[in-house]
Amino acid sequence: MHNFLYGIFPYIALGVGIMGTIARYERDPFTWKTSSSQLLRRKQLMIGSILFHVGVLVIFFGHLVGLLTPIWVFDTLGISHGAKQILAVAAGGIAGVMALVGGIMLFHRRWVDPRIRQTSSVWDIAILVMLLAQLVLGIGTIFVSLGHLDGHEMVKFMSWAQGIFTFDGAAASYIADVALVFKLHLFLGLMIIAVFPFTRLVHIVSGFAAPFRYLLTRRGYQIVRSRRSAALPHHAGPVSASRKVVDPKLPPETASSLAARAAE
Amino acid sequence: MRIRAQIGMVLNLDKCIGCHTCSVTCKNVWTSRDGVEYAWFNNVETKPGTGYPTDWENQDRWNGGWTRTKSGKLQPKQGSKWRILANIFANPDLPEIDDYYEPFDFDHDHLKSAPEMKAFPTARPRSKITGERIEKIEKGPNWEEILGGEFSKRSEDYNFEGIQKEIYGEYENTFMMYLPRLCEHCLNPACAASCPSGAIYKREEDGIVLIDQEKCRGWRMCVSGCPYKKVYYNWSTGKSEKCTLCYPRIESGNPTVCSETCVGRIRYLGVMLYDADKIDEAANAADKTDLYDAQLGVFLDPHDPVIVETARADGIPEDWIKAAQESPIWKMAMEWKVAFPLHPEYRTLPMVWYIPPLSPIQNAAEAGAIGMDGAMPDVRNLRIPLRYLANMLTAGDEAPVAQALERMLAMRAYMRAKSVDGVIDEAIAARAGLSGRVIEDMYKIMALADYEDRFVIPTTHREQVEEAYDLRSGCGFTDSNGCSTGISKGSLFGGAKKPLKMPTEAM
Repeated sequence: MHNFLYGIFPYIALGVGIMGTIARYERDPFTWKTSSSQLLRRKQLMIGSILFHVGVLVIFFGHLVGLLTPIWVFDTLGISHGAKQILAVAAGGIAGVMALVGGIMLFHRRWVDPRIRQTSSVWDIAILVMLLAQLVLGIGTIFVSLGHLDGHEMVKFMSWAQGIFTFDGAAASYIADVALVFKLHLFLGLMIIAVFPFTRLVHIVSGFAAPFRYLLTRRGYQIVRSRRSAALPHHAGPVSASRKVVDPKLPPETASSLAARAAE
Repeated sequence: MRIRAQIGMVLNLDKCIGCHTCSVTCKNVWTSRDGVEYAWFNNVETKPGTGYPTDWENQDRWNGGWTRTKSGKLQPKQGSKWRILANIFANPDLPEIDDYYEPFDFDHDHLKSAPEMKAFPTARPRSKITGERIEKIEKGPNWEEILGGEFSKRSEDYNFEGIQKEIYGEYENTFMMYLPRLCEHCLNPACAASCPSGAIYKREEDGIVLIDQEKCRGWRMCVSGCPYKKVYYNWSTGKSEKCTLCYPRIESGNPTVCSETCVGRIRYLGVMLYDADKIDEAANAADKTDLYDAQLGVFLDPHDPVIVETARADGIPEDWIKAAQESPIWKMAMEWKVAFPLHPEYRTLPMVWYIPPLSPIQNAAEAGAIGMDGAMPDVRNLRIPLRYLANMLTAGDEAPVAQALERMLAMRAYMRAKSVDGVIDEAIAARAGLSGRVIEDMYKIMALADYEDRFVIPTTHREQVEEAYDLRSGCGFTDSNGCSTGISKGSLFGGAKKPLKMPTEAM
């Protein structure tokens, strides 16, 4: 069972998550959105959403860097496992509490405000509950971690995560003896990855893409789309009216002004 | 120089009777759906008033449109790209739906299903968002209709800036006008500029500004970016929507629904040629009162042979050039200078223009004694303060508005002399800087306003775009997403693909 949950299920979760996300982007781009409810109720969202998003982003990148950076990199840089653990606990703790406070505000708003409640889908509520539970579990692990600040346990998770991505068949065994709260946190995390494409979480992808598109690939501010199948030849300035003969197709005003110009 | 064509619109406010036919027909066609019940792509406001959404003109509050920074750079008023991205989690400048109004419907069914009662059954309102009973409707799409509500509230109207407005609260001095509003299809759209997804774009061939529903992610920066508050967030689909200038109709040479159904025949549609390379400079004029003239400088004379040649080289089709030469928009905005952009100070270079309304003489008792400028009353004595119109149409510069009103009065006087007295009085025309021939033309376009004179719309050139053969057996026009209805509940991706209900053969 342990081997299935932490050795095989990660691949199922990642597979469903990645393939599902691609499928949704490809098949149903109209449903790809943030599902913002700010228009319906501003109250509680302004503070709640900022706390939640900033906290979650810090946690996300913390996990990404913390788990997937090869262990030798830290060794080369001379960062001890203990120091890394303390950094993780401190930064993760602060960001976790921020995200949790924000998340609770958002959940309260979603659950209690009739406008938001009525317009919420089942997944909107379910994913928020999952994320809140994950935050509680994640903050819960801090208390376990405080018991062993030498970074020994943390290295187990790094080995596991990197084992999953390097197709190490024994990956699950690295975390066989960790505390239950860690295991629950890992399982719920994998579940969130698995349900990712079926929820509004897909907006995370756009959230990461938007700054690149907006800041880097868009020159200036405006976008003009052309439906022309063939590009137009480029010319820098006005084209001179080179025709000597007055074109009968031109309207009379134009024809006369052209003649006047020619006479000059 | 890079010449592009744009379908522009002029609304002759002098003839608007405030019947809301434009709004209702638009609503029926475009926004009678879940999530946009509150949205009116076209609405008609009574001015003075705070409008819909409330106080939309106050950009100190909403931060819509553009601003010129101290260093002379043009950037969205809500902030540069970085600033907009920083507000992505919670947009401080986004109106709440209550700033528009909470959409409601009535319990119509109760009228026929109610049991026998002593009192007559009534249809009470219900929220279209929550389905809950609304005890008191606090706001609607046209809450200030015909000066509804107290003056103190309505006088918060932004256009009163620089006016001693108190006297206009008095019954004897009160004035009103209608202002139909729709998307301006700006040359420098602030909505498109503030969209982080790049979903909003201007079409090269006709200048229509559209939102790509498949690319929109619902970051809602466009809603706050648009100073006219004409981008609406659909709370059901989570995407922003806006006026499409009825592009399927425009493409086939038909006027928009609002224009087609306009009872007062106040709306005009036509082509304007403009120099796309001049937009940045025009929108960035140092003084806000220069913006109107700067925008005029962007338009190109379609009668100038050099412009015609360059337009051809830039791929403007021949019939579009011809339409530009016959454009009623060109005549009213450029030749006669009677039409003006709405709030040029927002620096969006809007393309829906307005002819200011004439109004009765301010003080009827003194009408004979004061302000007669020859045969015509002085426009400064009209009931609607000149400054009010100027704040709306020329960023406060009264001279162009005064000239337009004088020309309209001259048109009336000249035509009255002609048709009543049988006298051709060129002096009247000359006083307004016109000639009798021009006035007759103005009269034909602005007063008679025949269908063919109002709408000079060339059809789109699909042959430049696609193979018609590839389009056979398509779905026709859908909201988005191919043949999907776009509304999706219960499917894997949080929304169902309902099969389209197609008409079947009658048995």
